[in-house]
Amino acid sequence: MSETQQAPRTSTLDTVAVASGDPERDQPWADLGLKADEYATIRTILGRRPTSSELAMYSVMWSEHCSYKSSKVHLKQFGEVPQETPIGKMLAGIGENAGVIDIGQGYAVSFKVESHNHPSYVEPYQGAATGVGGIVRDILAMGARPVAVMDPLRFGPLDAPDTHRVLPGIVAGVGGYGNCLGLANIGGEVVFDETYAGNPLVNALGLGVLRHEDLHLAKAAGEGNLVILYGARTGGDGIGGVSILASETFESTGPAKRPSVQVGDPFMEKLLIECTLELFAAGVVNGIQDLGGAGLSCATSELASAGDGGMHCNLDQVPLRDSTLAPEEILMSESQERMMAVVEPDHVEEFLAICAKWEVEAAVIGEVTTTGRLEIDWHGERIVDVPPASVAHDGPTYHRPYARPAWQDALQADTAEALPRPTTGEELAATLRTLVASPNLCDKSWVTDQYDRYVRGNTVLSQPEDGGMIRIDDETNLGVALSTDCNGRFAKLDPYVGAQLAFVESYRNVSTVGATPMAMSDCLNFGSPEDPDVMWQFAEACRGLKDACLELGIPVTGGNVSLYNQTGETAILPTPVVAILGVIQDVTRRTPSGFQAGGERVFLLGETREELSGSEWAHVIHQHLGGLPPRIDLAAERALSTLLVEASSDSVVTSAHDLSDGGLAHALAESSFRNGIGVSVALEGDPFVALFSESAARAIVTVTTDNADRLVALAEKHGVAITPLGQTGGDTISVEGQFEVPVAELRAAWSATLPDALGR
Amino acid sequence: MKIGVVTFPGSLDDVDARRAVTFGGNEAVALWHGDHDLQGVDAVVLPGGFSYGDYLRCGAISRFAPVMTEVIEAAAKGMPVLGICNGFQILCESHLLPGALIRNDHRKFNCVDQRLRIERVDTPWTSAYTAGQEVTIVLKNGEGGYVADEATLDMLEGEGRVVARYLDDNPNGSLRDIAGISNERGNVVGLMPHPEHAVEALCGPGTDGLGFFTSLAAATFA
Repeated sequence: MSETQQAPRTSTLDTVAVASGDPERDQPWADLGLKADEYATIRTILGRRPTSSELAMYSVMWSEHCSYKSSKVHLKQFGEVPQETPIGKMLAGIGENAGVIDIGQGYAVSFKVESHNHPSYVEPYQGAATGVGGIVRDILAMGARPVAVMDPLRFGPLDAPDTHRVLPGIVAGVGGYGNCLGLANIGGEVVFDETYAGNPLVNALGLGVLRHEDLHLAKAAGEGNLVILYGARTGGDGIGGVSILASETFESTGPAKRPSVQVGDPFMEKLLIECTLELFAAGVVNGIQDLGGAGLSCATSELASAGDGGMHCNLDQVPLRDSTLAPEEILMSESQERMMAVVEPDHVEEFLAICAKWEVEAAVIGEVTTTGRLEIDWHGERIVDVPPASVAHDGPTYHRPYARPAWQDALQADTAEALPRPTTGEELAATLRTLVASPNLCDKSWVTDQYDRYVRGNTVLSQPEDGGMIRIDDETNLGVALSTDCNGRFAKLDPYVGAQLAFVESYRNVSTVGATPMAMSDCLNFGSPEDPDVMWQFAEACRGLKDACLELGIPVTGGNVSLYNQTGETAILPTPVVAILGVIQDVTRRTPSGFQAGGERVFLLGETREELSGSEWAHVIHQHLGGLPPRIDLAAERALSTLLVEASSDSVVTSAHDLSDGGLAHALAESSFRNGIGVSVALEGDPFVALFSESAARAIVTVTTDNADRLVALAEKHGVAITPLGQTGGDTISVEGQFEVPVAELRAAWSATLPDALGR
Repeated sequence: MKIGVVTFPGSLDDVDARRAVTFGGNEAVALWHGDHDLQGVDAVVLPGGFSYGDYLRCGAISRFAPVMTEVIEAAAKGMPVLGICNGFQILCESHLLPGALIRNDHRKFNCVDQRLRIERVDTPWTSAYTAGQEVTIVLKNGEGGYVADEATLDMLEGEGRVVARYLDDNPNGSLRDIAGISNERGNVVGLMPHPEHAVEALCGPGTDGLGFFTSLAAATFA
């Protein structure tokens, strides 16, 4: 089906034979991002210099983005976490396209978070769009139907001019791609901080659903089985994108890098999804891999090294959008919406027929061999002959130096607890008004209303609820909940504790809506690994997450690392975004975050300490970052989680809301805003600390009066501190002896911030 | 009754529409864009989505799908046809309904729980409502601004063919706040909002959309 190729440029073709006969030719390994010792290693592996095609493959596959060369020595420790949940062993874990966990009733889900940070800064719409496309293909490649996405986003200050270029483009890109695929967008984050001004973060989470028997893996097995490339044609987009865009920061003096960003076609991806699911259902797929970063270089080498160890491809059979592409470019191209399948010869006809039904182009480009080599030909001449694992898995491992930064002690000594505080009721009310309207705490519907949250009819909860929730089976009401969280300011103050705080916030959010936390994926966004300060932050964050996983029995299903997120010498806040997935047996028992009716009792669960360092209050009112983050207590988190899940499944509580950014004051405000129901509370101790401290392991819940005793008994049973706060009702938020503010007034301030800054 | 739901390449809400048809007490039949076959259905829903990626113009390519030949023929003979969102766009491109849908005036995709007033209730899709009934159903689109020339708008108003109108703030710049219209006979209805996303309280803003799928079972329209 491939279009006629132009005459091969044999005069310049660098074949294996040419390479053997011309061993000392100068090669542009440095321009391709390789280091001298890495190039020497490649020569050792091959016993000769690489051909230009081989050099292209090694350079993209050994880049930071594909090889995790700086991070893998730290990621290794996640292997210590048992790969099982209370429901059963993980069906696929780290190293696969995406992790797969058993959720019972014969169902499994696949989920994963990935970053697309650098491309989204260069070209916001396409960068963000193809970020969604990439994670969706990862999920699809496991055999799952993609059903939902979430997007944790981080930008520079809301009033910075460049934020007005980057934010609307990224949001439109996330929506433009995801909406067109028919995937419900059920949550995420929108966070502003000046460290992201020259380096926004675009993380994308994908969720897919499958039956156990539908699980597919990325391997090329069975000698003589055919390798089929299907989906979009291969073009010149994103060539070198992986190694160039992800390996270096932006230099203002460097060449324009726009051509390296991929361009997405969501319509093609939608066809690819439906076509692939039909191929799975027909039983004609032996192994499958999506094409993402590093394109064909990645797919061929990974499939071959995971299977019988050999593959032979005719690169001239690849359908091209631009017939002038050289073989090196075809191998490096990151054209979107492509998949590679391994198919038994008897099934090829049916495979191609299904592709034709969906108007998806497909071409047989090679076959599985047992030679142990990845051999690629171009019009009959051998241009690649390598051990596939050496490309896919034997990239360099760096033991980058790391050390606790010299400034860490001074930062931790500069506490926010020492800052001036509001003292009168009026001042407290003014603080609340300022905080609810601040960019990080304000209403995000300007963003989330650009995403389809309803498609497929199974969205039980979506933003602004604490977690997104999807119904998996409408007979049994089995469902899953997901939340993504990270407070980068906490991680800056103490990356070990900060990463754990991200973990427990996500864990708590999932529990708050009524689901039992089951598994974690993460997206670790950090600055340059060549900076020992940053490398220490990364190492500490990994250690923190691993310890939290071990303590709370949560396996890691895989994740993503994004390094070099910095502008000049300034790194972003360390941002280990954590996504926890929970399972809920009956989605009709989910707990909403908004007050449901007046006259209900409001309780605080958990203990409040004087913890203001890194808080939203310190950030907004004093532009201050220093001190120690809130204390972490994993046992308390577990007890609170168990209580919340039980209270949900037994229908004890009518609403529940996690306490995090902005503390109790902001949680009360958000729960009031949801249905316009006010609340009056009386606080013990210092009202400022009670309202604005960001102590972890806390939530507010409401109960009808006749259920109050049941809740108190439940809290006692689980050893969770419980404090009566007051009751719902009226149209104001009132704190006894301090202030009373109309809900409508606060809500108006909360809603106005983003539209005022970005336009209707 | 048997209600067919057409799947075009890029249709998204076909699953939801089939579920809503079932919830409404009818039998849902999946129809394929490439077949010249309506499989003996009594009515047809053209669902929401981005058929052909909205390339060229929304609905402009789907209008030429093989199955549309049969849909257009059947509609002319009085078969009830409901086009939702992208389906409405396809009905306009097919000239089964007048006017066109253009990009929202604020230039953004918009997904909200929208209040509407149902104004025409003598159609096979709206007979379960009372005239003037206010409902809340999901609105989600990037190109939902209804436009037509003044004479056409006056004709639609004069003949009582405005099926539903937006309440509160106009969400997309639609002329005269029009959310849905019908043909003269009333059997063909195009609606920008998505009633199929408002058929169960658990996964949408209530059940106000169900009437679009119970009307057919409740009344007989020959």
